[in-house]
Amino acid sequence: MTTTKYDPRVLKAPHPVPGAPDNWKRFFSFNTDAKVIGIQYIGLALFFLLVGGLLAMVMRGELITPPADLVDPSVYNGLYTMHGTVMLFLFLFPVLNGFNNLLIPTMIGAPDMAFPKLNAAAFWLVPVFAFVLLSSFFVPGGPASSGWWSYPPVSIQNPLGHLINGEFLWILAVAISGVSSIMGAINFVTTIIRMRAPGMGFFKMPVFVWTAWAAQTLQLIGLPALTGGAIMLLFDLSFGTSFFRPEGGGDPVLYQHFFWFYSHPAVYVMVLPVFGIFSELITVYSRKPLFGYKFVALASFIITFLGLIVWVHHMFYTGTPQWMRNLVMITTMLIAVPTGVKVFAWLGTLWGAKIRLTTPMLFVLGGLVNFIFGGITGVMLGTVPIDIHVGNTYFVVAHFHYIIFNTIGFGIFAGIYHWFPKFTGRMYYEGLGKIHFTLTFIGATLNWLPLHWAGLYGMPRRVASYDPEFALWNVIASIGAFMLGVASIPFILNIVSSWARGAKAPANPWRAIGLEWLLPSPPPAENFEDDIPTVISEPYGYGLGKPLVEDEEFYVRRSMEA
Amino acid sequence: MTSTNADLPLKHVPGHIKHDGHNLTGFIIFLCSESIIFLAFFVGYSLLKITSPEWLPEGVEGLETRMPLINTVILVSSSFVAYFAERYLHKENLWGFRAMWLLTMAMGSYFVYGQYVEWSELAFSLSSGVFGGTFYLLTGFHGLHVITGILLMGLMLARSFRPNNYAKGEMGVTAVSLFWHFVDVIWIILYLLIYVWQRTS
Repeated sequence: MTTTKYDPRVLKAPHPVPGAPDNWKRFFSFNTDAKVIGIQYIGLALFFLLVGGLLAMVMRGELITPPADLVDPSVYNGLYTMHGTVMLFLFLFPVLNGFNNLLIPTMIGAPDMAFPKLNAAAFWLVPVFAFVLLSSFFVPGGPASSGWWSYPPVSIQNPLGHLINGEFLWILAVAISGVSSIMGAINFVTTIIRMRAPGMGFFKMPVFVWTAWAAQTLQLIGLPALTGGAIMLLFDLSFGTSFFRPEGGGDPVLYQHFFWFYSHPAVYVMVLPVFGIFSELITVYSRKPLFGYKFVALASFIITFLGLIVWVHHMFYTGTPQWMRNLVMITTMLIAVPTGVKVFAWLGTLWGAKIRLTTPMLFVLGGLVNFIFGGITGVMLGTVPIDIHVGNTYFVVAHFHYIIFNTIGFGIFAGIYHWFPKFTGRMYYEGLGKIHFTLTFIGATLNWLPLHWAGLYGMPRRVASYDPEFALWNVIASIGAFMLGVASIPFILNIVSSWARGAKAPANPWRAIGLEWLLPSPPPAENFEDDIPTVISEPYGYGLGKPLVEDEEFYVRRSMEA
Repeated sequence: MTSTNADLPLKHVPGHIKHDGHNLTGFIIFLCSESIIFLAFFVGYSLLKITSPEWLPEGVEGLETRMPLINTVILVSSSFVAYFAERYLHKENLWGFRAMWLLTMAMGSYFVYGQYVEWSELAFSLSSGVFGGTFYLLTGFHGLHVITGILLMGLMLARSFRPNNYAKGEMGVTAVSLFWHFVDVIWIILYLLIYVWQRTS
């Protein structure tokens, strides 16, 4: 190695750690290549999707009959707490960080992330905190069981008196997850701001990059507030302070403010990149420019802004004054406007198009239908009277699963199928993909649609036993849930077998427009290396016949030859 | 991959990016998110102070303000010293930089010492109701940042003695002195909230 002298003219991410392996073992090593880290994130997240799903299976097994006969009610409390935590912090955030890692550098024509080592460190914190979180099953007193929101004063009770208990490990795990997410967010935002290819102004960025940027901005603003609250909660739990302890002068509602100030925007952190995936895929598979591209891009930041000022709608029934409830109700409903802009832009793109119904597109369309449904119930829940009526029932559970699984989950599956050829270099099996989609769509609908009615008729959530009048809804829901469990089999089969033996993927199997499709499949270690293309037109020029970059033939030829 | 930055050809370097300022961009973004943690603590402190039925623990009249005031003066002036250190570095006066930087570190250390003396003389503890908790959390969390700042300065000082890394050191120095100014501003708000507000209420 020659001595490295700092040269300010070179825009180049630091090279990967020397000696990093170049075969499958690299996915188990401290590798600084964003594409490897992206696949690491997605692989680990899919593993925890199975873990979280398994916890949900036990819960649905318990709820298939009205009395609490399968598991003890206290175990059930631990189950739903861990199900929520695993799904959010070990599946959704990591999988979306995986997409960010794969797509942001390749889409903006950067060689890598701005801080590759920070990136790898952020990833390796995920298994660390997964270990901390899941080890809570083996400490005396069992895992945290006060729900994933962990409200005091329930969560700061420590009946056994141990310092290391389930709740302590839960808060510790969430804190490590927060550090990891902040490290990721700094990296993504810096990369988007500073490392775009020449010619790529903000209004030439793909919508996925816009939405990832907006989502990571939310992380940077919201997550520190939760971290502050979590530090106080940890002190209350373990060191005898009284921030949230009423008998010492503290205020339990203050914690709810800290918690929801982050955890409401967290939904947008997860859903915004999925909006980006929808925008990318709808244009590719309907072969039309994205209708209202600039509005779709800007709507992401409007959602970010509005998402930060509506958290109080989770606290309509915790002594919030009426004027504040009205104000928050109005701002909550306003979010439907930028969201509607996006939905109508997608519908406008689909209008009159010749649509290719491949597996990713099926997931997008399914997710879009579910999102419209979940969005409407969201507006319903944003109104004070309905929220007070159904706030603690299965209606809320049904609503957020329509957003979190039926929209975000579908978008994630769509994205995995769509970019699978690009980043693994192999095509997936279309037939297995369609079986996966069919099982998932039917299972998800059977699972959560009936729970809307169960909730409206008054079935409370967070309980292991319920009134027999809700039995029918729950039997249907449980059948749907088990179907979702079965749906993971064709998916795993597809991913594993196509990666091992699938047909070699061409550079651009979908004939899509975008910088990532100018790279060979899979892309080389530093993407474009020193030949970074100059972007000359807006993204999504389907049917317009305009080249995306200067000297496009050169890049297409090179990606074919590789 | 054995290539280093120096080996790379310079063609196709984007024109609108003149230097790898993304390190500084990342650091500024980090400071923004850090300030939100402090904001959360400040908001929490204020709300608890306004709404709590009992604030000061029994037997505590109020906080002694002389030592904190001296500490404030020291910390605020150390920020100016850090600024001059950076100025020397830009003028490539390395010894001037090192002297000023060492002075900043000394002032920071004195601040930590002052806080230690103050803590050891206080009549209440972390678990003395909501006041004890908020006081120790806010000052302790800030103190942790001061210590981090001193450690980072030590790192930059050591780096300034290494050959060939002068320019990289300069970037780090800018970042660390930004951090120091940040810690300083946070302290001013903290001082107003904890020590000044207690007198007027």
